[in-house]
Amino acid sequence: MLEIKNLHAEVDGNEILRGIDLTVRPGEVHAIMGPNGSGKSTLSYVLAGKEEYEVTEGSVFYNGVDWAELGAHERAAAGMFLAFQYPIEIPGVATMTFLKTALNAQRKARGEDEISTPDFMKLVREKSRELKVTPDMLKRPLNVGFSGGEKKRAEILQMSLLEPTLCVLDETDSGLDIDALRVVSDGVNQLRSPERSMIVITHYQRLLDHIIPDVVHVLSKGKIVKTGGKELALDLEKNGYADYVDEEAA
Amino acid sequence: MNAPAKIQETKAEQSLNAQFDEVFAQTTQEYANQRKQAWDAFKAKGIPHRRVEEWHYTDLRTKMNDAFALASTTAPKADALKGAGDMKTCRIAIVNGRYAPELSSDQDVAGLSVAQTSGFLSAQASADDAMAHLNQALVQGGISIKIAEGAKIELPIEIVRYTDGSEVSSYAGTCVEIGAGAKALIIESFEGEADAAYQSNALTEVKVGDRADVHWLKLQVESTKALHIETLSIDLGAETNFRHFIYNEGASLSRTQLFLEFKGEGTHAGLRGMSLLKDSQHADITLFVKHAVPGCESREYYRSVVDDKARAVFQGKIIVEQAAQKTDGQMMIKTLLLSDAAEINAKPELEIFADDVLCAHGSTTGDIDEDLLFYLMARGIPEAQARKILVLAFLSEAIEEFKEEQCVELLETMIRSWLHADDMVNE
Repeated sequence: MLEIKNLHAEVDGNEILRGIDLTVRPGEVHAIMGPNGSGKSTLSYVLAGKEEYEVTEGSVFYNGVDWAELGAHERAAAGMFLAFQYPIEIPGVATMTFLKTALNAQRKARGEDEISTPDFMKLVREKSRELKVTPDMLKRPLNVGFSGGEKKRAEILQMSLLEPTLCVLDETDSGLDIDALRVVSDGVNQLRSPERSMIVITHYQRLLDHIIPDVVHVLSKGKIVKTGGKELALDLEKNGYADYVDEEAA
Repeated sequence: MNAPAKIQETKAEQSLNAQFDEVFAQTTQEYANQRKQAWDAFKAKGIPHRRVEEWHYTDLRTKMNDAFALASTTAPKADALKGAGDMKTCRIAIVNGRYAPELSSDQDVAGLSVAQTSGFLSAQASADDAMAHLNQALVQGGISIKIAEGAKIELPIEIVRYTDGSEVSSYAGTCVEIGAGAKALIIESFEGEADAAYQSNALTEVKVGDRADVHWLKLQVESTKALHIETLSIDLGAETNFRHFIYNEGASLSRTQLFLEFKGEGTHAGLRGMSLLKDSQHADITLFVKHAVPGCESREYYRSVVDDKARAVFQGKIIVEQAAQKTDGQMMIKTLLLSDAAEINAKPELEIFADDVLCAHGSTTGDIDEDLLFYLMARGIPEAQARKILVLAFLSEAIEEFKEEQCVELLETMIRSWLHADDMVNE
């Protein structure tokens, strides 16, 4: 279970998160929506442990572990996965090597044995087929020359290989056409399970037609200003964020 | 001395004076003139220092505290020579500047002939550089390697240059002639006893005939206390494909100075390399590429990874003469600095006298990209390992050019070993 209490965070001395309270139980999918600049991506980076994001107040606990004690790689081994809004291209790093290194690093951190190469190959083949990640993509350096849609599919492939229990999807729908959106959403939905918590960050409601959330939060100026069911997303689609932004400004 | 007044001689220069006198006294009539001319040319310049423009970033006068005694003829054990490792090659061994046939396996290779020489090369090979002149003034021997016209040498030709002993210096003069239409892969290593302080000064003259296809890999893996200087003088014929790659890892101070001239049209020269430096190593790669004829292409791509207080120097001058229309010259220098005290001096220069050319140069320097690092760490890879992956990736890009799988493997193994990342495999 993820428990965020009164979380304040800043980057370069600018406070971006101003007191977030959020609890996500196993099996739940929470959507976080909000206008540009509301702090959505910052929240995802703070949860994943990016260094330049400094927590100044409040706490994050996951399954009883104080997140402040763990570096980014330790959080990953403890079940955290961030699907990046802009997956990074790393020339010179073969995709397969990267996937295997990441998987084995996490297994090692958990005291498990490394996966054998044949088992790993089999696993990647299965998972990549479902996500329409072609063998050619796997042969290329990590994310290099991938289209926007290919990058997002590759992110979900990583998620499905690493089997995290806490998934944060940062604007996974951005840059996707309708077909790619469906492939990615199907991939995410297959990973829904009673043991897994998900936070889906998005600006638009359309992703939530495919990934149906249990709870929807509206983030504005670094705070959650409204929480509701999936119908809240539809309201937002109709009325925009103006209500919430104005409320804050008043 | 009748020489005009100049700055006081250093201890190294005084040692060199005594060494020259001794060597000259033993020189036969045949070579006395050549030796004396080289010595006079060296004396006119002295050991290069920072006020000599070409040596500005490598102040040898300050860094070279002494000139070690000339190495004698010795015979190291065969297993001391590393060369290209387990690769199957035909090996030419040069110990302390002299050909060592008993450590070589160059006989009975069709199209290849190797012979011991006096080490004296053409006057032009010295390119009027002080250290090249010094090589010819003190040269102890050398070899001539000839690849016959049209010969396609299947096995890589491995030249192992080994300095045996500590506090010694070696001067070798090597001449490599590659006949028209010949094809060869040359892997040359410069090495010596681990942790031994020695000085190796090599002069290498390379003549490549028309339509030849040559790939030359230089592995500079001298002892980390060594001083390494190599002057390469390369002439390329028409329609040849010449590629040279430097792997720079050894020596406390090294300089590879490469003088290349296009003598025939339609030729491609690819000059590439990488320097992997740490502690207080200093590595200098200096190029003079002269396009004297039309329609040639040159590529100069070098990467450095510099850690601790080490310093990389790159100077690349491309000269395009008026006659050299349709020249295509591209130079790119990329450097990764791993510590705050690490340094790179990059000085690309273009001198263009022709009006219809395509020339460009660029240089980038930076430390490890924090966003890339975070991406890897967010996937569970610990920071130290993630950093190694990124350094390896930076260097791997530079060796993608190799079509020879065995060279890629050799270089990757050496890089991983340097990074202490032997378990990392890029599949």
